[in-house]
Amino acid sequence: MYAVFKRELFGLLNSMMAYITIGIFLLASGLLFWVFPQTSVLDYGYAELTGFFELLPFLFIFMVPAITMRSFAEERREGTFVLLATRPLTDWQILSGKYFSCLALVLLALIPTLLCYFTVYHLALPTGNVDSGAIAGSYVGLLLLGGVFAAIGIFTSSLARNQVVAFAVAVFICFFLFSGLDALSGIFGLRALEGLLLGLSVSEHYRSLSRGVLDTRDLVYFITVAAFFLGMTRLVLGGRKW
Amino acid sequence: MSIKVSNLTKVYGSQRAVDGVSFSAEPGRVLGFLGPNGAGKSTTMKMLTTYLRPDGGNAWICGLDVRQQAVAVRRKIGYLPEHTPLYTEMYVREFLGFVAAAYGLHGRRTLVDDVVERVGLQDEAHKKIQLLSKGYRQRVGLAQAIIHDPEVLVLDEPTSGLDPNQLAGIRELIRKLGSEKTVILSTHVMQEVEALCDDVVMVSRGRVVADDSLSGLKSEHEGLPLEAIFRKLTAC
Repeated sequence: MYAVFKRELFGLLNSMMAYITIGIFLLASGLLFWVFPQTSVLDYGYAELTGFFELLPFLFIFMVPAITMRSFAEERREGTFVLLATRPLTDWQILSGKYFSCLALVLLALIPTLLCYFTVYHLALPTGNVDSGAIAGSYVGLLLLGGVFAAIGIFTSSLARNQVVAFAVAVFICFFLFSGLDALSGIFGLRALEGLLLGLSVSEHYRSLSRGVLDTRDLVYFITVAAFFLGMTRLVLGGRKW
Repeated sequence: MSIKVSNLTKVYGSQRAVDGVSFSAEPGRVLGFLGPNGAGKSTTMKMLTTYLRPDGGNAWICGLDVRQQAVAVRRKIGYLPEHTPLYTEMYVREFLGFVAAAYGLHGRRTLVDDVVERVGLQDEAHKKIQLLSKGYRQRVGLAQAIIHDPEVLVLDEPTSGLDPNQLAGIRELIRKLGSEKTVILSTHVMQEVEALCDDVVMVSRGRVVADDSLSGLKSEHEGLPLEAIFRKLTAC
């Protein structure tokens, strides 16, 4: 599995794609954090990152599928999957190698955003008067969110031959799970299902982590959703329709 | 008996791509797997290499069951797929190092150097695969199939698209490998069968129509050239 992980990670790091994706992500989050007056911490007046962490998932909805879209779609188009499938590796090893390499890249993209934390830390009065617990919780939430989105992206990538299709479908599923279920629960006619829809909604669990409360229910939720999509991917791979 | 195939079947929809194929192959001999396009050669090879799961029948590689012991089978087998798919964005050495790592081999640097020399890639080993010509890509394909010193080699059209000089080089290599290992190769070129193969298995529309040694097949058909035998046995 490590061999696949390493090859995939180096493959991502050697492609312009990954740098452009991460670059755009950092640029967008930087603009939101420092420049755009509606969301900028400088105009906000309070030394906290809540607003910032409410916006990052929306950037994730685009960034993570952009990283994962090539993983299986490209193998499929080039016919190279046979190179992996006939090595002494199980489908799970191939799958997890690819999944964790994408996740490592997501982690890499998140590291520079710590700068925002240091900014706020030093802007606070007195210095250091920030809710570090909530921020740590938000980072754990973002990472888990990245894990779920990466699983979705890998899954759509295994279904599509075309990377753009894989990207678009993944963005939609991520968006639907994150915001769609939330919004649906607000529909008057679906009031009876409100609890269920909110329970399934990614954003609900993400919000709960952002408060700095590491609840096992949220952890179980994120891991279950990611495992579900990876399991579906395993089924697609096992079918070998390509 | 290092390859044993018994009643192997693969069904795509209503079409039986491989329909009850049985044959066997021994070490130290090269088996030519012949048949017209669409006869089921590649599908059979994909099942032997555990890429596809058989719908019926079974195959054993060195006594290991391709259904139940797929991962163990993969260690025994070296496979050059049709059209030679490769990670073209990687460097030759990098790619071969990755393959060695996927087999969990140690001393990878020497292994890669060794295999690069055996397939004659020394001058191209520092290049990216996408910059290589067809003949050299084919050699990279062969290198990734033999790097773990497998007992069984499955080569799907190893010489398609090569010029006569490259052809001679690759054939020489296959002959050398065939002297100690079990090699099964598919091809359309009849001279190649004459030049390389000891045994011949001919398939047509998913079924075996001939399974004999090359000399046996020829004497059975009273000295007809191989091409005529091929057309006689596989014509629809």
